[in-house]
Formats: sequence, C-alpha cells, structure tokens
Amino acid sequence: MPITEVRWHGRGGQGAVTSTELIALAAINKEKYAQSFPSFGPERRGAPVQAFLRVGDEPIRVRSEITEPDVVVVLNPDLFESVDVTSGLKENGILVINTRKSLEEVKATYGKGHRVAIVNAMKIARESIGLPITNTTMMGALLKVAPLVELDDMIGPLEHRFGKVAEKNITAMKRAYQEIVVEGQ
Amino acid sequence: MADLTWKDMEIGNIITTPGSARAYRTGDWRSDKPIKDYETCIKCGMCWLYCPEAAITIDDDGMYGFDLFYCKGCGICAEECPKKCITMIEEEEV
Amino acid sequence: MAKKVGMEGSLAVSEAVKLANTDVVAAYPITPQTHIVESLAEMVANGDLDAEYIPVESEHSAMSACLGSSAVGARTFTATAGQGLELMHEVLYVASSMRLPIVMAVANRALSSPLSVWGDHSDVMAVRDCGWIQVFAENAQEAHDLVLWAFRVGEDTNVLFPVMVNIDGFNLSHVTEPLLLMEQADVDKYLPVNKYPLPLHPDKPVTMGAFGPPFIYTEAKKAQEVAFQNTKETILKGWDEFEKVFGRRYSPIETYQADDAETLLLTMGSLSETASLAVDNMREQGKKVGLVKIRLWRPFPFEEFRKTVKNANVLVVLDRCLSFGGPGGPVASEVRSALYDQANRPKVVSLIGGLGGRDVTPQNFEYMVDRGLEIAEKGSDSEYEMIGVRK
Repeated sequence: MPITEVRWHGRGGQGAVTSTELIALAAINKEKYAQSFPSFGPERRGAPVQAFLRVGDEPIRVRSEITEPDVVVVLNPDLFESVDVTSGLKENGILVINTRKSLEEVKATYGKGHRVAIVNAMKIARESIGLPITNTTMMGALLKVAPLVELDDMIGPLEHRFGKVAEKNITAMKRAYQEIVVEGQ
Repeated sequence: MADLTWKDMEIGNIITTPGSARAYRTGDWRSDKPIKDYETCIKCGMCWLYCPEAAITIDDDGMYGFDLFYCKGCGICAEECPKKCITMIEEEEV
Repeated sequence: MAKKVGMEGSLAVSEAVKLANTDVVAAYPITPQTHIVESLAEMVANGDLDAEYIPVESEHSAMSACLGSSAVGARTFTATAGQGLELMHEVLYVASSMRLPIVMAVANRALSSPLSVWGDHSDVMAVRDCGWIQVFAENAQEAHDLVLWAFRVGEDTNVLFPVMVNIDGFNLSHVTEPLLLMEQADVDKYLPVNKYPLPLHPDKPVTMGAFGPPFIYTEAKKAQEVAFQNTKETILKGWDEFEKVFGRRYSPIETYQADDAETLLLTMGSLSETASLAVDNMREQGKKVGLVKIRLWRPFPFEEFRKTVKNANVLVVLDRCLSFGGPGGPVASEVRSALYDQANRPKVVSLIGGLGGRDVTPQNFEYMVDRGLEIAEKGSDSEYEMIGVRK
C-alpha cells in the first residue's frame, strides 16, 4: 500500500486530532507506518481546525501538511461555509461528510471532480454515545472508504483512550461503517 | 593566587576550601582607624551591631574592641556610638 | 525487545526523561514545548516518575532552579522553546561555566515579533555560543534516543557540560509516529548513576560560582574551552555505546546519497527527512544531489564536516534563521568559515527559509538546489537569499 493521505476538517474540541492519532496508533500496532498531527498553532475551541493522517507500508519522511489528500473527512457540514474543505483533493479522491442530506444533494453541491460519501454521524453519535460528538463515528466512515486498518484494530486504541465509554464509541464507529453511503457503491 | 594557571582551575571554578575568604585581609584598605576611650564605653554593643564587616570583637568581660585584620576604617561605629567614645584617626597618627 | 509504539515527539522526550530516572524537572510551559512538561508533571503526580517537579514562574527561574538541583548532583531536566530560551539566556552561560550537566529539550520556535508560536531555529541560533553541547533530532525516535544519550554524555566526569537536544517545534514535537521505546534494563545498562564530583553538600562545603576578577577570568575561560573541546571523545563514545545497546547509530555529521554528489543540500532537524525525498526525486532525474545533516552543532565537528563535503561543487545551506545584515544564515556562515582555508571545497550558497512555521516541501528543496546552482554559477550581489517569499 502506498502512503494514503487523509485530511480531517473539524472545529477545535470536536476530536479530529484524536481520531487521526488513534488511527495512526492502530496502524503502527499492525506494523504499518503512520503519522498524525494537528494543524499547528494555538488550540482554540470552536475554531476551524485540520488534522492530518498518513498511513502506508513504507517509512513516512514528509512532514509537511497534506495539500493533496486522497481522502477528506468533514466532521460537521457547516464548515463548508467557511473552509474550502476540498482544496487539493485528488481527482480520484473521496470526500466523506457527516450530513443529514442525501448523497444526490451533496454530490450536486460538493461533488465536482471527486467521489462523495455521506453518513449521518450526528444522529449515530446522539443515539449510540448520547453526545453530539462525531469524531469516533467518522472513523468508521473513513475506514469503510479507505481500509487503512481493520475496524477491529481500532478497539485497542479506543479502549486505551476512552476507558469505560469506549464501548459506546466502538458501537458508533461500527454503525457508521455500516450506514455510510458511498457514491458508486 | 595570581600565579594560578588555567590547569589549576577546579571544575566549574569551584573553590573547595570552605571559608577561604577568612584569609583575605581587608584591614589594609584603611586610611582611618578607630580608637576608643574604654572608660566612657557603656558596653551597649551599638558598634558591634552596625559594623558592616563584623570586625568588632567582644572579650570575656563584654568589652567591645576592633579586629584590625578586617576593619576597613569606614567609621560607622564612631558615627553610631551613643557615648561618642570611638574616634577615627589617621593610620599614621599613632 | 524494544516495543514499537506510536507516540508524539514530545512524549518520546518525556518517556526518555522517565526512563533515565530523572531526579528533578524544573520547567515553565511554553508552546510548542508544553506537551513535554505536561506529561512529565503528570508522571510525577501519578507516581510513575520519582522526581521533584518544580513549577517555576518563568524560564529564567526554571534554569536557575536547574542550576541548584544539578549542583547537588541531582539528575536534572528542563525544556523550553522560543522566547523561553531567550529569557534563560544569561543563566545558560552560568550552567555551562559552572559545568552543570543539565539536559534540556528545546522545541525550536521562531522569535517575536510578529508573535509566532511556530517553528524555526532562531531561538537556538541566538544561544549557540553559550557553551552547551547542542544536537539536533530529526524524528521522534532520535529525540527519544538523544535525550538519554545527553544524560550519559553530560554527566560523564570527562565532560560535565549541559546538553541541549533540539527538536523542531510542531513538525517534530506534535507529530505522532512510530517509535521503538527503550527498555528499562537497556537504559540502566547504558546510563550510569550521576556522580557529580564536587556536589554541594553540608558535610563537604564548597563555593560555586565565585567572583572572577581579571587576573583569573581568562584562565577560567581557557579551562572551560579546553574541557569543552575535549568532550568530543566522550560524545562519540556515547554514540558507539548507544549502538551496542540499542542498535541505532548516530554520528556528528550524517548524510544521504552524498558520496558521489556534486551538489549537496545542508539541513538540520526534522526538515532533513523531507529533503531526502527531494534528493530521491532529483536522483531519478539524473541530478547528482545529496544531503548533509549536521547532528552535532556544538562542539562543531570540523574534521568530519570538511571530509564529507570536500568533493562536492556546491553546498546549498538552508538556514531557518536570519542573521540580519550578517554574512548569511548562522549555519551557512559557520560552514563557509570552516571551509575557507581548505584547498578542496564546494561553493557555499546561503538560503533562508522555513521561518516561523512556513512549510518546506520536497518541491521547495528542489527549487533550492536549482537556485543554489544558479547562484554558484552566476554569483549574487547579496550574501544570502530568503526563499519562498511572496513578491
């Protein structure tokens, strides 16, 4: 597997950084090479943030931000108004969005030149975790479109990080993996 | 000390002999020195209290005197003495 | 067997400090160093590290507290960045002149103004002459390893100097990546107990940091200078022994594809990995380009450096720091002066970039090589050139 580059968009405090880190840890546990880091700078709750994830079978030497991602993950749809989330997204790349809208609606608005996948992560998170926090849910969505690690590989890192509430997050992640709607599939 | 070479320096220029400053004679900085009328002294100890160099001695009878090895001749003792029994005189006067 | 884990660069530093069984940590949090001292404070609070954590009110106090703890023979660590390092400035000289083997990680950061919390090398270059042993790490593994090595070398009675481990702010400090975590048994084999020869102790009083009038100051500095030059042997031995115990090799100057290179790029820190990608690309295009990385910045490894670059035609130096109105970036001007008297030497081109967190991509490095060759051939009317500036 060549190096897959994923860029997450969220708001400060929504857990985009945690998600990229947990997937990197899971990949490293499986003897892959992986790297994750936040958009560098002061940490401000609510401000638009990015988090970056690279996973591959060879050592990762590049440390610059991901400007031409293979996958873009968007934690909440209102970011589209303030951030150009698809910037640099590769032609055969895929945009994974947490949204209530239909695939057709999203495709018509944001689907120019790349594939789109949608999941109502907010609904899943409210039902499974009881909180409107979508970061762990969106991990399931990402892993469906980009099999960076097996879904079960995430259980260890999630349990380590979340302890007692890991179970709910794992359920949410698995639901998103099932419920995601991917263009062309 | 002035002939120490760089090879003589301890690590970090540490001085390993404690209290080595005790051997440093400051008494030769003096131009004036204190003399005292022991008859007038009431042993109040103000000179001892004020001396910035701790150069005031006390004998077994509680009488205060001067340690001229360290006394720099500043004259604070003479200034502070309530009985004015300390006088500063030029080194060459006596 | 060492365990492979995923870990942030900052935590890789903290874990090494813990494995070294450090006695005292005195630090003031500052971005991007914060995660290092936060995690150490947590380790101490949870009882995972049996150390005194001294929360101080500034970096000046942090380094001052380190002086005291190191002077009693305690294994002492601190970390800082950017403005914090500059606030420590005067105390850095005291630490090295008093020969106190403090270990400090610097998450390299730009200097204000404008206020920048992001990475470059302005902070460390401003203290390059402070008499500390200074090394640069390229990734989390190196940060982890070099901190342990720093304790061993600094505390060696043939050395007794403080050691600064530079890790790039954010690009290294905040990246989670694979790392072989050292085993405690190996660490204990590698790192002996700290035995400072003349510690402050009531049973055997000594005077430290005494007055140095003109009749003795020069001798004191000569003694310090000779001792500093003599650290090289122990530095190299520290890396030899490290390889024996942990299997990873470190050298004062490291290279990538440099043996037959006509043009050499010179970098320090985490950008070296990115530069190596550019070298691969250019090699594929048939360009004979290589990379030289300075690991040991102080004492500067003149002999190894001259030997490494002597056959190249052009040496393009990327400095992440400006020396306003000076002879070039700090690294470039040192390198030029190191080569001035040599019969065989490359032309040195000084480029300045990657300031204040500006991303440096492999494409940027390819541009640097092209621009470097152009300047080397046609000359330039300035001593150095800033790259990546919007016009």
